Parts: sequence; C-alpha cells; structure tokens
Amino acid sequence: MAAPFLPKPSLQKPAAHGPLLYRRPVLALLLLLVPPLLWLGVLYLGSLLGLLVYSLYSIDDFTGQVGNVLTLDTLKSLFTAPSNVDVIVRTVLMALIVTLACAVIAFPVAYFVAFHTRGPRKALWVLLITLPLWASYLVRVYAWRLILAQEGVISWVTAKLHLSWLLDEVLRLPVLGGPSLSSSYLGMFLVFVYVWLPFMILPIQAALERVPRSLIQASADLGARPAQTFRRVILPLAVPGVAAGSVFTFSLTLGDYIIPGVVGAPGFFIGQMVYTQQGTAGNLPLAAAFSLVPIVIVGVYLALARKAGAFDAL
Amino acid sequence: MRSERSSWGLRVAAYLGVAFLHIPLLLIILYAFTSEDRTYTFPPPGLTLKWFGVAFARQDMWAALWLSVRVATVATLIALALGAMVAAAMARARFRGKDSISLLITLPIALPGIVTGIALLSSIKRAGLEPGLATIVIGHATFCIVTVYNNVVARLRRLSPSQLEASQDLGARPFQTFRYVLLPHLATALLAGGLLAFALSFDEVIVTTFTAGAEQTLPIWLFGELFKPRQRPVTNVVAILVMLVTLLPILLSQRLTQGHEEMDGAGKST
Repeated sequence: MAAPFLPKPSLQKPAAHGPLLYRRPVLALLLLLVPPLLWLGVLYLGSLLGLLVYSLYSIDDFTGQVGNVLTLDTLKSLFTAPSNVDVIVRTVLMALIVTLACAVIAFPVAYFVAFHTRGPRKALWVLLITLPLWASYLVRVYAWRLILAQEGVISWVTAKLHLSWLLDEVLRLPVLGGPSLSSSYLGMFLVFVYVWLPFMILPIQAALERVPRSLIQASADLGARPAQTFRRVILPLAVPGVAAGSVFTFSLTLGDYIIPGVVGAPGFFIGQMVYTQQGTAGNLPLAAAFSLVPIVIVGVYLALARKAGAFDAL
Repeated sequence: MRSERSSWGLRVAAYLGVAFLHIPLLLIILYAFTSEDRTYTFPPPGLTLKWFGVAFARQDMWAALWLSVRVATVATLIALALGAMVAAAMARARFRGKDSISLLITLPIALPGIVTGIALLSSIKRAGLEPGLATIVIGHATFCIVTVYNNVVARLRRLSPSQLEASQDLGARPFQTFRYVLLPHLATALLAGGLLAFALSFDEVIVTTFTAGAEQTLPIWLFGELFKPRQRPVTNVVAILVMLVTLLPILLSQRLTQGHEEMDGAGKST
C-alpha cells in the first residue's frame, strides 16, 4: 500500500507533454500533481495508514481505554477468537456466492445486449441496466423490505400461485431459511445480488462488445458449431469482463454493513463488526483490525483479477 | 452467430434480468401511494396522495435535503478541481509512478466504503476535529475525484496536441490557449464528470455515517426512517425524491458525453 506515489518525472517524450506550461513540462506536471496528491496522499492514504496503526494499539480490557502500547494481539484475535473467525468466514462465503450468482444472471443479459441489439435499442438496454445503479443504493435496499416482508409481494405471489407450501419449505431449510424471508440468509442473498447485479452486467457486456465479429465468423467457417464457438471463442474472451465485475460484487459485499442490518439472519458480517466496534462498543483497534480484512482480501483478489485481464475490461 | 436471431431462452433470460432490476423500483413508487402506513401489505389496500403532503411538511427532511445539497455541491467543486488537475497531468505525460497514481485515484471506490469511512474517522478523531459539514465533504470529495478524472482524461486523450500547438504558434498566450481551445473542448466532459460526482455524493451513505457525526444528510435521514414503524410511505415519497435528484444529473451527463464515449463512469482508467 505504501506506493511511491510521488512522481519522479523522467521525461522520455518531451514533445508529448502537458499543453499549458509548454516550455516547462516538469514544472507544469508538478504544479498539476501536487494538490491532488496532497489530498489523496495525505488525507486519504495517511488515514489508511493511520487505520493500520490503530489496529496495533492495545485496548485495556477493564477500562476500554485505547493505550499507546503497540501489540499484535488484536490482529491475532481475528484468527483465534472463534466468533471473529465466524464473522470472516460468513462474510467471505456470502461474497463468493453473491458473485457467482451475479455472474450467472448477468451473463445472458450481457450476451443478449452485446450480440443481439444495436443502435438506439442497444443504448436503451444499456440505460435500463445502468439506471438502477444510480437510483440510490438505500432506496433499492429498502425496496426489498417491501418485497420480502411477511405480508409483502413474494408472499402474495406465492399464495396466488398456490405455492405457499414451497415458500414454507424453503424457509425451513437449515442455514438458508429463517422465520421469514426478510430475516433469512436467503433474503439477504437476494438483496445483495439485486443491488450489485449491474456492476457485473456492464463489464461483461463491455468485454463481449470487444469480441471481434470476424473471429466468430472464422470459427463458424472452420466448422465449429455455435455451441463450440461459444465455449472456445466467446467464453474465454469474456473472462476479463467477468473478473472485472466480480471485483465489484466481491469487494462491495465484503464491506457492506447496511444490507446485513436491514435484512437477514442475526449473525454479524465484517462491515457490521467494524461499525459496531467503532461505535457502541468503542473498540476502535478491533474495528480497525476488522477493516483490514477486506483490504487484504480485495488486494489479493485485485492481483488475481489483474492476471485475468480484468483491468482491460473496466 | 450465423443469424441475428436470438434464441428464445436467451431472450427470456435477458428480459427477466432487466425486469428483476426494475420491478423493485416500481414497487417503491407504488408504495408511496398506499393508504396503509404500518405494514407492507401487498397489494396496497387503497391509494392516496396524502403522504406527499406529510413528507413535504417534515422540517427534518428539508434540513437533511439542504445539507445534502450543500455537501454535494462543495464536494463536486473540489473533485472537479483536483480531478481535472490529475487528468491534465496524466493524459499524455509519462513518468515513473504513474500507475501508482491511477491506483491511488481509484482506491477510494475500489476499497469498501466502510474502510474509507473508518480510516477517515480515525484521522478525524486523531486530529481532534468535530465531525460535521467539513468532514463529510472531505470524505465525499475523496471518492468523487475518480469520476471527474475518468471523464476528463478520456476527453484529453482524444484532443490532438496539434490543436494546442497551433494555438501557440498563432501567438496565443498560455492562458488564451487554455481559455479558447482547451476549456471549450473539455467543458462537457467537466460537466458530465461533475454531475456524476454530484449524484455519487448526494446518494452516499456508508462513508457518511462515519464522517457525519450528529449531522444528517438525506440518505442518513432515510436510513433512520427505514426502522421507524409508522408513516412508512413517507420514506417512499422521499425515496422517489432522492431517485429523481440522482437520476436527472445522470441522464443529463449521459447526454453530454453521447457521441464522445460509449459510456462515462465506465471509462477506461489507465
């Protein structure tokens, strides 16, 4: 994380430099970069590093005072205290399943838009996919309270279809179920998938748009059946898009604390842990330690995604 | 891909996917008119317009809305200045550490909001600052820089340097080149980036819960209302309001960049 972000301008192509202070490109570059880098480097990166340090502070078990003695105990407790391990495993599992489900639902939509729409119709489809993304995160979460509520839409629809027994069966499932949809992991899962789905559709669609049509024709000319073309040509080229989308769905699920609070079973998620530990529990070191978990996981995930070419599809 | 005809299954899957994205939003609108204010009974037993009156009479709602507008405005202005500066520096120049800078710009939206939130909170506490308008703005501006940057850098890369050179060859001073060549070229990209930043800030709740202290932005007010058992449709009325305030800038910004980029915000960030 301690990237050498201060530029060391080594000018390889003087002629291609910043337009304004044309004759003094280095000076111009510095003048342009200093204010934003001060903001991001000092305010933001400094805060992140400060957070790291906070996770090393000790906390007095009796008074709850944060001490100035540095200790690794808090970080260790993430992996030794069973309740903490539970939180991490639960969150990571949810993030993985949500990512998988988003990919499965997103792929046909992205495929349809990329290969079977054009012109204004394509623009309309892209707009339809993008709009919910901008229709306020909180509002979209709230919508699911209406849908999942005991007297809400899903119950009504299943009752009309004479499928209430099926809903009851599903709710009786051991881990997924619960007293009602809005207090079950299944409900939480649905909300996560709903809220992050556009983040998965858009990069996959972008990746598919870039598949050269000539490649598909060549594959057909060489005698591949459509299914073979799909599996051997289109799917591999879509991988960067899926990887890019999964960075969003995975990272966003890992850090979310509002959805697990609004719908779902009582078990804590990482985000909620961070929120309550810094707030009511007043244990900032533990909150800081917990917030490092998504940083590390997302860091590893980004490195893997980079290998899969995710950043070319962003 | 021999034909343009899509298979029946693919078509259904695509339509279902988009329906899945939109039905919940339609329900939000429907429930703003329900006459039942304690439960989410579906279908609503009756329809009424009275919740709009009730919502607009709420002083706390207006106060939260006003705070959100101020925060989003200031955060957008800061993001515009900083984002445009980085974009100008990064568009064509090559220097060591450039990749690190683009990572640094993206980090605030790549990392979960809760990390940004608690990191800023720990700094605020350390510095002994009182959380309030200024601290909310700091948080929002930090993650808004990237939207401005993406829009402006994409536009700058398509501006041929020869235009600026021509302006200088014809005797324009640097400020004149900036005013008459560069700025007109960038205007819509700046506006589009700014609108996106405004929408992003206006809607943000996760970072804000950490940096706001006792202050209430509209999303935080809305968040509080989610757990209130009475007058539930009021939440829906405000939800529609929030949707409109965020959607209009987005649609406008997409119009502005039409013909320039396939899609803004999703611009490739190098």
